[in-house]
Amino acid sequence: MPGLIGKKIGMTSVFSADGKNIPCTVIEAGPCVVTQVKTADKDGYNALQIAYDEKKEKNTTKAMLGHFKKAKTSPKKRIFEFSDYKDDWKLGDTITVDIFKDDVYVDVVGISKGKGFQGVVKRYNFRGVNDATHGQHNRLRAPGSLGASSYPSRVFKGMRMAGQTGNVRVKVTNLQVIKIDVEKNLIIVKGSVPGSKGSYLIVEK
Amino acid sequence: MDLLKEVENSFEVKKEYPNFKSGDTISVSYKIKEGNKERIQVFKGVVIQRKGHGITETFTVRKMSSNNVGVERIFPIQSPFIDSIEINKHGRVRRARIYYLRGLTGKKARIKEKKIIK
Repeated sequence: MPGLIGKKIGMTSVFSADGKNIPCTVIEAGPCVVTQVKTADKDGYNALQIAYDEKKEKNTTKAMLGHFKKAKTSPKKRIFEFSDYKDDWKLGDTITVDIFKDDVYVDVVGISKGKGFQGVVKRYNFRGVNDATHGQHNRLRAPGSLGASSYPSRVFKGMRMAGQTGNVRVKVTNLQVIKIDVEKNLIIVKGSVPGSKGSYLIVEK
Repeated sequence: MDLLKEVENSFEVKKEYPNFKSGDTISVSYKIKEGNKERIQVFKGVVIQRKGHGITETFTVRKMSSNNVGVERIFPIQSPFIDSIEINKHGRVRRARIYYLRGLTGKKARIKEKKIIK
């Protein structure tokens, strides 16, 4: 999917034409620089490698510095590969947010906020034991039974239990595009996207 | 954060409302759509708070209904459904958010009027 690398700016709300208050997220997408064009003859598949966000030269390894030098651009923080770019982009070209100008919906990929080791109530929306009395003790947020007894005599794989919550790659599909600001490289979508403010996102067509 | 503010400002529609604050008694004329028809309903009461800024600013109006039950309504100030706002009385209060009014009824729930010399 063709797309761009971006950054989450924050959330706000706007009024639509029919007067509804719509929650929306502001994303700074691009401008991204093409750092490598992969072709089927040379690399075995077609793809476009693009980079986003300025980085200090002293914090860049020499190997990466050479890679950016080939594209005649300054060092960048994030690099990502996209397939299926239809237009002919060349090495060193700048892709801006106006590639989305005809799109009604976009997908957004990000790393969700980490919540640490959480119980099943937060992690999987279990209800716990709803009673605090009637013989219950220390069981208000317990998962309950893990399965039957002598048959199967084991706990099935994939049983939902407590564990690390959040801090995983999450894709939100079909977010409605509300507005695109080519001048400021902004795309405003309806609803929320994963991650905290300032975290990196991938916006796809 | 500045980019977010710029976006908010670009969506903001400047509307001419009188400058009211908490303690004031105001009438909010609110457009209500019923099918294809549109009519205007007036909600009159005391402003309890103004909250937020820019396009997300809201204000809360509290009134006593006919059977003495408190009714509160929260209006987004940028809402296109607000037709007009009229100040009926300037009240003298010492807080920006007069939540204590919720616990008071009858004579105790009165607010002293502020005299404004023009």
